[in-house]
Amino acid sequence: MSQPPIISVRNLSKTYASGFTALKNVKLDIQRGEIFALLGPNGAGKTTLIGVICGLVKASAGQVIADGHDIQREYRLVREKIGLVPQELHTDAFESVWATVNFSRGLFGKPRDPSLIEKLLRELSLWDKKDARIMTLSGGMKRRVMIAKALSHEPKILFLDEPSAGVDVELRRDMWQLVRRLRDSGVTIILTTHYIEEAEEMADRVGIIRQGELILVEEKAALMRKLGKKQLRLQLKTPLAAIPDTLAGYALELAGEGQTLIYTYDDQQDDTGIAELLRRLAAQGIDFRELQSSQSSLEDIFVSLVQGRP
Amino acid sequence: MNFHAIRAIYRFEMARTFRTLMQSIASPVLSTSLYFVVFGAAIGSRMGEVDGIHYGAFIIPGLVMLSLLTESISNASFGIYMPKWSGTIYELLSAPVSSAEVILGYVGAATTKSVMLGLLILATARLFVPYHIAHPFWMLAFLLLTAFSFSLFGFILGIWADSFEKLQIVPLMIVTPLTFLGGSFYSISMLPPLWQKIALFNPVVYLVSGFRWSFYGVADVAVGISVAMTALFMLICLVAVWWIFKTGYRLKR
Repeated sequence: MSQPPIISVRNLSKTYASGFTALKNVKLDIQRGEIFALLGPNGAGKTTLIGVICGLVKASAGQVIADGHDIQREYRLVREKIGLVPQELHTDAFESVWATVNFSRGLFGKPRDPSLIEKLLRELSLWDKKDARIMTLSGGMKRRVMIAKALSHEPKILFLDEPSAGVDVELRRDMWQLVRRLRDSGVTIILTTHYIEEAEEMADRVGIIRQGELILVEEKAALMRKLGKKQLRLQLKTPLAAIPDTLAGYALELAGEGQTLIYTYDDQQDDTGIAELLRRLAAQGIDFRELQSSQSSLEDIFVSLVQGRP
Repeated sequence: MNFHAIRAIYRFEMARTFRTLMQSIASPVLSTSLYFVVFGAAIGSRMGEVDGIHYGAFIIPGLVMLSLLTESISNASFGIYMPKWSGTIYELLSAPVSSAEVILGYVGAATTKSVMLGLLILATARLFVPYHIAHPFWMLAFLLLTAFSFSLFGFILGIWADSFEKLQIVPLMIVTPLTFLGGSFYSISMLPPLWQKIALFNPVVYLVSGFRWSFYGVADVAVGISVAMTALFMLICLVAVWWIFKTGYRLKR
């Protein structure tokens, strides 16, 4: 029997006092131990959804169950299991790294555990900075401190709100490795991002939110299979003014002032039609210098989904 | 009860005090000591007695109260305003803590600081002006009750304020005038009859009167009324804080 979801969002809506509706009847289940990426353009409702689950934002309607507990009625049981790394770098500028991480652990109801905090700081390459005031750290280091704070009470669920915002490539790679290690240790991770590369790299499942509505939830691999396109690009020796009528049955388009012929096909089919197409091109005397095939990225899929719906 | 959280908040706030000793402790002790030097030792020696008490000694409870009120309010308001201002309040709001635990942490630390400060000012006053404490238990009780009540008030102020200016307005524009006009430097009985009646609408009168009674056994209003009024103020603040956390006023979006 499959395990119940670790987070179950039921008909969640949020309308702010200004009248702006940030979430519209959102329904979402997050499975235990998965990395779930919530994608959406700015202002889509990603941060509001996280805010409601973590207790920062009051929902207008609906319910959220986390690890079997209602987030409002049983907030203590829920919150001690959740860690949050917000998008903005909110830090206690005058505190030391060591003090602020220990503060977070205590705040979430856990007794002091210097060896655990030391391990955490070492893992995040912060140990050398443990006595430094946070105000003296770089932006990347501050981001690590915020991750350390969120992990200090050993949460079962970790929310990362735009974790790559303003961090360099090295830290991003380190963070991805850390997220994978956490997932391997049983932590469920929900990340919001508009760096699609991040979701493509890490997520098991993807949810796409647009104007407060969750328009799609799918396994990343299945999504890319289902909605991803495969294309064959031929660099022609002689530019074409138009696609010959004899090739009208193929999903072809011209690009690069007639220099590139693009064939879009379904690679799930036994017969992709490539061999026949190449034969017909040869018969028409259309020669090419080189050919390459490519798979559409999650970003392409995301853009088409977000823009493709009214 | 999340005792670890209470301890974490309390330690965090106390660490802030010890990090800024000059501003938190030394500065208010010095400024209050100047009153003792000027009104107690210098001018006080040329003034008569009030209610049978040497003027220098008479003003001590009022001056301690003045520092206690302003410091309680500013400590607690700053304590909760800073996380709001810097954004770190997200952590408090997402933590498994109840409003009672937040209050015990923040207001407990602000109360501790204020009581420490009050006792330090009393010790400093001893260097300039001789005085005695007739009811030490009640003196400590008033000190504690007032510090806690006004720290609660400061906490509410810190949540309400959305700018540093607003944070300063209440202590400077309301509390300080009320304290000066609340019998810190004179007995209410010295005022004309009409002003005596008007003065009774000033809540600080009851605090100063009760506190002075614990020193010298004389009061402008009955000590029972002073205790009741202070407790009532505390109760009103507690209800306000409970409402703030219940509704998320100025905390949650």
